[in-house]
Amino acid sequence: MAATTSKPAAAPVRIAVPPGGWRADLRGVKVVWQRELIRFWRDKLRIVTSLVQPLIFLFVLGGGLANVASGGTQGIDLRTFMFPGVLAMAVLFTAMFSAASVVWDREYGFLREMLVAPVRRGSIVLGKCVGGATVAAFQGILVMALAPLVHVPYSAAMILDVLALQLLLAFMITAFGVMAAVRITQMQAFMALMQMLVMPLLFLSGALFPLSGLPHWLAVLNRLDPLTYAVNPIREAVFRHVEMTASARAALLPGITWFGWQVPIAVQVLVVAGFALAMLSVAIVEFRRA
Amino acid sequence: MSDPGLAVEVRGLVKRFGDVEAVRGIDLDVAAGETFGFLGPNGAGKSTTISMLCTLLTPDAGSAQVAGHDVARERDAVRRNIGLVFQDPTLDGYLTAEQNLRFHAELYGVPKALVPERMRLVLEMVGLWERRGSLVQTYSGGMKRRLEIARGLLHAPRVLFLDEPTVGLDPQTRSSIWGYIEELKRREDITIFLTTHYMDEAEHCDRIAIIDQGEIIALDTPEALKASVGKDRVQLQVDDAPAAIAALRERFGLDATIAEGHVTVAVAAGEAFVPRLFAELGVPIKGVSVARPSLDDVFMSYTGTTIRDAEASGGPDPLMRMMAGRR
Repeated sequence: MAATTSKPAAAPVRIAVPPGGWRADLRGVKVVWQRELIRFWRDKLRIVTSLVQPLIFLFVLGGGLANVASGGTQGIDLRTFMFPGVLAMAVLFTAMFSAASVVWDREYGFLREMLVAPVRRGSIVLGKCVGGATVAAFQGILVMALAPLVHVPYSAAMILDVLALQLLLAFMITAFGVMAAVRITQMQAFMALMQMLVMPLLFLSGALFPLSGLPHWLAVLNRLDPLTYAVNPIREAVFRHVEMTASARAALLPGITWFGWQVPIAVQVLVVAGFALAMLSVAIVEFRRA
Repeated sequence: MSDPGLAVEVRGLVKRFGDVEAVRGIDLDVAAGETFGFLGPNGAGKSTTISMLCTLLTPDAGSAQVAGHDVARERDAVRRNIGLVFQDPTLDGYLTAEQNLRFHAELYGVPKALVPERMRLVLEMVGLWERRGSLVQTYSGGMKRRLEIARGLLHAPRVLFLDEPTVGLDPQTRSSIWGYIEELKRREDITIFLTTHYMDEAEHCDRIAIIDQGEIIALDTPEALKASVGKDRVQLQVDDAPAAIAALRERFGLDATIAEGHVTVAVAAGEAFVPRLFAELGVPIKGVSVARPSLDDVFMSYTGTTIRDAEASGGPDPLMRMMAGRR
């Protein structure tokens, strides 16, 4: 019969799909990461739009408020002061968007393609977070390129420091977003939650004002905001390369204190890393159950 | 250990959602190389069963082996050996067809050297090789489904699960999808396990299990199932259905029912019965149709309703059935 004669001469392909293990998981991380990059690169509009908000803060808000604020900034341009905060902000918004893609993936079904694959689900979460961090750091570099416009000279050390901090911050935010996205299945709800959280967290972190002389309640909230511990090291890294008087430095860069103890930068970075790992772990556990 | 000749081996499989038992202890064996159809109305438990076989849902009781691996205990081993085409699309529209396939190949660890050749083979099979560079969001519904089938085959699975592969497609695309499946059976050493609620499509299968309300009510080849009914189906269009049913019982001794809005009765020789019907029924008849036994009749003879009516009424509790059918 036709059915038998049309069988190909060669035996049907036998592809031995290799068993799991860390190699499979690493592959999982890699492909999910790659996909984030491809999709980000495709979406040129997103690259542009996620730059708009930081730029508005920096030049419109910063430029507009510069005159009223000149007394409090000790001769430093308000835009210079705000620049590190805006560097954090650029990363924040982009990373949130990356996390939102989990909700999209679910809505368009692609999440299921990943969930049935013979890789551990943790590797998919990790791939998402690494992808979100990479993409956000890329946005961070674009904003960093504006440094000379706000009287911050380029310096390789500063760029590397800031980039590393941005990667860490973006990783934390993406992990947080993925954690939330596992539970929230509707895009509108996810976006509403993010709007509700991002702005308060950003404002409380001191991205836009110095931490000296805050009212007590605000100082407490500020210390509780994980973003604080990313914004302050970024500001230190930038201000190290900006010339200013000692009194200006003391007023604008008082550092973070816990009950009077000056928290070292390394500890601040560890706080961010700790938050990032905790959120990643929760996201992985939730994803396994999903 | 399971029988190596079996691609799928299911024993007493049960799945509950709250108080609802969506799958109520089913048993079935699918031989390697077989095309096996799972037929039943929406909400009968088809998708729930397939989800358990694909390791997406954990069974509440019973066991299932796919490609020799237990679906609950050896999930990764099962996943490596199966291909899946879901009811709903699971492609990334922002990637090209080729990128979607590459993603899949890497996720499944298809050896790099084999990927280009394998990719070309599956894309040519579904007629999408020329369009491999297009973004998937520019594809039509039928093209997307074909791409999903190609992707499901990319890692040369031993068992391919197709959950309603043709639902929502136009008749022409449906028949072309069946063309690919037939071709696939010829070219690859593969077991195909599919679900459908289209009676005519089930005829493509080597064997069919009819499932209703979570239980398998019949399991055999399409021919054997049809032979088990053995009778022609005569449908009458009448204005006064109760009178026609009463007359059929009185004058011919036949039990008629109303199916799909028509008085329906099973008789051994349908065509010869029609002249007698007109002469002796005594109820005005507007039209008559006679059909050879089909799987519809099989379904009807086992459940007392047609598959379409079963879907329309949704059985004892439509909401519960709907929920039970969801994965």
